[in-house]
Order: sequence, then structure tokens, then C-alpha cells
Amino acid sequence: MSRSNSKFHIPLTFQESARAALENTQLRRNLGKATQTIRAKRASVVDELPDWQELREAGRAIKERTLRHLDEYLLQLEAAVQRAGGQVHWARDAIEANRIVAGIVLEHGASEVIKVKSLTTDEIRMNEALGQHGVTAIETDLAELIIQLAHEESSHILVPAIHKNRAEIRTLFMHTLGISELSDEPAELAAVARRYLRTKFLSVPVATSGVNFAVAATGTIAVVESEGNGRMCLTLPEVLISIMGIEKVIPGWQDFEVFLQLLPRSSTGERMNPYTSFWTGVHPGDGPQAFHLVLLDNGRSRVLADHIGRQTLNCIRCSACLNVCPVYERTGGHAYNSVYPGPIGAILTPQLLGVERAGSLPYASSLCGACYDVCPVKINIPEVLVHLRAQVVRHKQTSEGIKGKLDPEAIGMRLLARVFRSPERYEQAQKLARLGQIPFARRGIIERLPPPLNVWTTMRDLQAVPRQTFRDWWRKRRVFGSVPKADADGVGDADGVDAEAAAAGRRNV
Amino acid sequence: MKVTLFITCFNDTLFPQTGQAVVKLLERLGHSVEFPLEQTCCGQMHFNTGYQRESIPLARHFVEVFGDAEIVVSPSASCVGMVREFYPRLAEVSRDPKLARAVAALIPRVYELSELLVNKLGIEDVGAYYPHRVTYHPTCHSLRMIRVGDAPLRLLRKVRSIDLVELPNAEECCGFGGTFAIKNADTSMAMLGDKVRNVLDTHAEVCVAADNSCLMQIGGALHRQRAGVRPVHLAEILATTEEDGR
Ligand code: SF4
Repeated sequence: MSRSNSKFHIPLTFQESARAALENTQLRRNLGKATQTIRAKRASVVDELPDWQELREAGRAIKERTLRHLDEYLLQLEAAVQRAGGQVHWARDAIEANRIVAGIVLEHGASEVIKVKSLTTDEIRMNEALGQHGVTAIETDLAELIIQLAHEESSHILVPAIHKNRAEIRTLFMHTLGISELSDEPAELAAVARRYLRTKFLSVPVATSGVNFAVAATGTIAVVESEGNGRMCLTLPEVLISIMGIEKVIPGWQDFEVFLQLLPRSSTGERMNPYTSFWTGVHPGDGPQAFHLVLLDNGRSRVLADHIGRQTLNCIRCSACLNVCPVYERTGGHAYNSVYPGPIGAILTPQLLGVERAGSLPYASSLCGACYDVCPVKINIPEVLVHLRAQVVRHKQTSEGIKGKLDPEAIGMRLLARVFRSPERYEQAQKLARLGQIPFARRGIIERLPPPLNVWTTMRDLQAVPRQTFRDWWRKRRVFGSVPKADADGVGDADGVDAEAAAAGRRNV
Repeated sequence: MKVTLFITCFNDTLFPQTGQAVVKLLERLGHSVEFPLEQTCCGQMHFNTGYQRESIPLARHFVEVFGDAEIVVSPSASCVGMVREFYPRLAEVSRDPKLARAVAALIPRVYELSELLVNKLGIEDVGAYYPHRVTYHPTCHSLRMIRVGDAPLRLLRKVRSIDLVELPNAEECCGFGGTFAIKNADTSMAMLGDKVRNVLDTHAEVCVAADNSCLMQIGGALHRQRAGVRPVHLAEILATTEEDGR
């Protein structure tokens, strides 16, 4: 099953995986269409709120304050859950979390568990871990189910099957669920999934879920979803196991006022999400009779310790940043080789795994800043990206020994920095560049460069370095006093030829 | 007013005509322009690629060169963004309180060209004449980092005889991103491909922006395709007058 081949081991760099994804024109079309639609929807519902910026600021402030006192809030949460009849487990990493979950499932003698869509359980690869104990985890979110049936990885944190269109889903259902007649109408596709899932809801005794928010003061857990399948999992089974990253705690109930406005508008472009489920401990004769809450660290306390990276933990997983990211829109989620794709994945994954294992991800962005503008909790993603890039470079320089020192990029950058430190060296370098390009430049244009610079010239022409730099022009101008009229607009020049070449090149490229 | 020009290493070396246009424009508006020859590079490429330590001396050099300037202006939104957004971070990383103070004192005096004209000087009509069909690409850094807003468009709208047409999906990145274009060449090209398609859809003959780096990316592809659209920096359009005869 292909689920086992990546997730949190990073086998390929982003660049390598992206190359394959970019070839897939169907994927490009599906993604482009889907993200554009959801982008427009989000923009219109956000525009309705006159206080959107204040809401964002409030969301950021609540998260920041909570993270500053995370230890206290977590202990408060633990006590409140226990008071309400639930059990709390602390897991340092994925292995511990999975051991805890499997232990509970086996204790109840279950061979199947139904799942509410959850990124955290994907992060720890819970389905696989349970599989090793002979337990099958069944996804109940429609899109997750599609992914599970297709033996694929999710490609979007909210819309896991965003890369698939209706026709592809129809074929998948026909093959995997043994159906002979099926149209590609959404209603009919959903009906097929509903019939299949109903039998599971009514027979499987254990459910697992993630957590959107956990209220420290009361021990109340919240899951926000669109389909209602989650609510079935949260209410029908006998045992409920919820797994949450430790950053999901919020202090009190009134904080929902902020987040339940920010989340649905940012994620699905809805004013309010269709299903918001809250539960607190257990209630005799009503809902699951055993409730377990697993508090997962898995690298988060390390992220917390980094004063710039910390803001990453503000994330409420709305996926708005994915939907506006021009890189994500073209490569899709699989290129990120992680359960967290897109801009948030590019900063979260390397922090959870360490830059030495996911060092290509902080570079999977042009730093265009669109993600920062939409983020409902104001995570400055470009800032964290460059911060992580600095860590990647530092790692290369300090722990890769001689190989790191001989890295051509590192050498080039050091050399250039040396050049830029001195105006004299800088001007010499300008002259050298002009000389060096002679074999390649024709009429002010470079169409082909040797490797590694040919990366640029495979699809674009390059403006050649003109014979006169701006500073040369400035110097001459100073010597000649005021400039002759023709010079001032940059076409003419004191010695004519140079600026003409410059202008010719410039006007063509 | 005395304006000190920060030309940026990129424009100095590759696009001198942009700097010449800035000088011409500002002098025409009655300001005097200074150009300290000691200036080199703001360190953006180093910083954005992860070579933070290497960019600290460049920030220090910048602050030394421009520290006394009354107003610093640059025809590059991304380099202004580097100074404004990331120099404070560099000062923090370098743990040099003197650098931090110098940076904090300098930042309020650093402007991108359209910001200086529209926001600071309150000028929209600079007396330019440009009889061409033009489409404007708002670069990511002008739009979302230094937030020049519609200042460039305000200036362009007042240009005589210009035929200004809207660019579809204008706010989407062209895929340049400095070393991104090299490190993630395939993705960069995919983004560029869509940008170029949008530019062609406008039937413009000129694509204008406030940053030559993005123009080099877009223009490079347009030229490879012999598409008949030329990239021109905002300053060059604003500097052109009827007497220039074009
Ligand atoms: S980083 Fe911000 S925009 Fe992206 S998923 Fe998280 S909360 Fe949403």
C-alpha cells in the first residue's frame, strides 16, 4: 500500500517531487480550478466582516498568550478532563502515541476503528501502526475515504482529494466498492459512500478523532467538520480516543467567539461550518462510555522553544495558505512529501523533523507573501521560511564538514558577500561579469549559459550586462556637469555606444 | 529636497537606464539627487537564501553609506523591503545594539520610488507622456511586503496618452523569487508560464513593474517567445516626456 512509502520520511526533495507533479496536466487543471473557486469564496465571506483584521489580531493574541503559558494550560486541561470522567495520556512522540492508542483499542477487543478525519493521526501514521496490530482504521470523511480507497496520500489538509475530479472518483468507487452502475454526479457519489459508511458507523465500537480545540478550563473538546460523519464517530461508538497536538489547547469558552469565525471563513469560505461538536468527558447512557485524550508532543516543544518558529504553532489548520499559494497550486500537496503540505507544511514539517531531514521545504516558496496575508492567526510564514533557510545553511556549514564547505552555492555566496563588502571589489566584479559574458552575449541578449546557470536560460533569455553601469554614467555626468539632453533619458551617453547597447538590450528583453 | 539614490546592485549592473530615469524624473520635479558611490548591495539575496551571517556586513555597510541621508529612494520594492522588514532582524541576529539603533533611525527615511512620489510628496501627475498600451504587474514585494498599494497605478493613470490595461490575476507571483528561480526551476517556470499567458491576453506592448528583477523573469520569457511585449520599469515610463519624442 502506497501509504507506507512516504508521509514522514522524506525520500525525495521538494524539487524532485515537484518536477513529476508539474508534468501532470490533469492535476494542474484540477488544482487550479479548485483553489481558484475556494479562494474567491473565502475572499467574499471575509470581506463581509468589517472587523476581520481585528479578529485576526485577536486570534493571534489568544494563541500567543496560550503558547506562552502552555504548561499551565495543559495541566489545567488534564485535570478538567479527568474531573469529567475522561482519561488523559501524554505522548512524547509518534511511537508512544500509537502504543497508547493501540493499547486502548486492543483492550476493547476491536479489530476495526472508525476515524474522524485528522491530520494529527496522519502525522503519527496511526493507521499503519494499528494495522501492525491487526486493526483496520476506516476513514469516514468522504475525501479521506477516497484517498484511502485509492491507496494514495492526501494532497490538501482540508480537501485531501483536491487533486481528483469527479470522473476519477467515479472510476475509483466502481473498482473498489464493486459497483457496476454509477454516474459522476456528486449526489450519487456521496450516496455510495454513505451506504458503505453507515454499516461501519453502526457496527464499529471504537472511534478515533483529532481535536480542533480543547478548552483548558472545562476539559471540553471540539471538532469542526462539514459532513456530519465526524459527529457519528463522536457519538455512536462505545469508546472514543481523541489525539491532539499540545498546541491545540485554548484557555476558555469565550475564545471560540474568535476561532469559530476565523476558521470556517478561512477554510471553506463558509460563514459557519455545518457541524461543530463539543464533548466533555463521559455521560452515563449518552455517547461513548469511555473517553481517552492523548496529548502529543512529537517535536512541538522544540518548535515552542524557537522564538521565531514558535508562531507556527498558532496554526488552526484552516488551509487558507494552501489555497492562495502559487507554488502549491502548481505542484499539489504530494510534492511536499509530508502530511502538512503548502506554506504551512513548508515551515511546520522541517521544524517537527529537523532541517537536516526536510531541508528542501523552506525553499519551496518564492516568498511572495500571499500566505501571510490570508493566515487568520497571522503567522508570518515568509519570516519563518527565511529563518529556517538560515538553519539549513548553518547546518550545512557546521555539520557537513568539508562537503559543506565545498558546496558550490556556499562558496559562491561567501565570495559574493566578500565582493559586496567593498565598493572597489564590487566594481571589479562588474567589469569581470562584462568580460565573462562575452562568449554568450549577442546583441545584448544571452540565450544560452553553461551549467548550472543554464537553469535560467532553458526557458528565458537573459539581459546581458551593458557596457556602462549606472555608476559609470553617474561619474561621467558629474565630470561633464549637466548631462546633454539625449543622455538624460538613458538612450544617449557621453560615449554613445555603451548606453545604446544597454538600451537595445533592455528594450528587447 | 535632497534625495539620495539607492540604485541596488542589480539595477546598477544590469539596468542602468532605470537609475538614469529616476535621476531625470526627480530633477524634473525640482529635487536634487545624490548618489554615494560607496554603495553596493543590500544583502537580500544572501538573506533570503539563508546566508544570514554573510548579509550582516552588507547591512552594516548600507547603514554606513546611507545613515546621514535625508531621504533614501530606490527603484526596487524588494530591496526596500529587505531594508525595512529584515534589517531589524539582522541587527537582532548580530547582537549589535549600535546597528539596531542605526537601522531603526534609518528605516523611516527609506522609500520606494512610487511611495516617495505619491505618499510622501503627494504627487500623482509627474508630467509624463507615454503613448503605448501598458499593463501593470504589481510585484509581490511592492504589494505585500512594503505595501505600496495603488501608488504605481495612480502615477500611471496620470501619464498622458497611455493606454493602461488591467492584467488578469495581476497579484499572483511571477515565479522569480531570487534564487527560487534557480533552486525550484520547474515550479518557477510553471508560475512564469501562467504569468506570461496573462500578459499576452492583455495585448499590451509594454509590461511595467516597480522591480527589474521580476521584469527580468517575465521579460526573459517574453523575449524567448519573441512575443512582442517589452518589460519596462515604472521609473522609465514616468521619466518619459513629450519632448523625448516617443
Ligand atoms: S498557517 Fe495560517 S493559513 Fe495556513 S493553515 Fe495554518 S492557520 Fe491556516
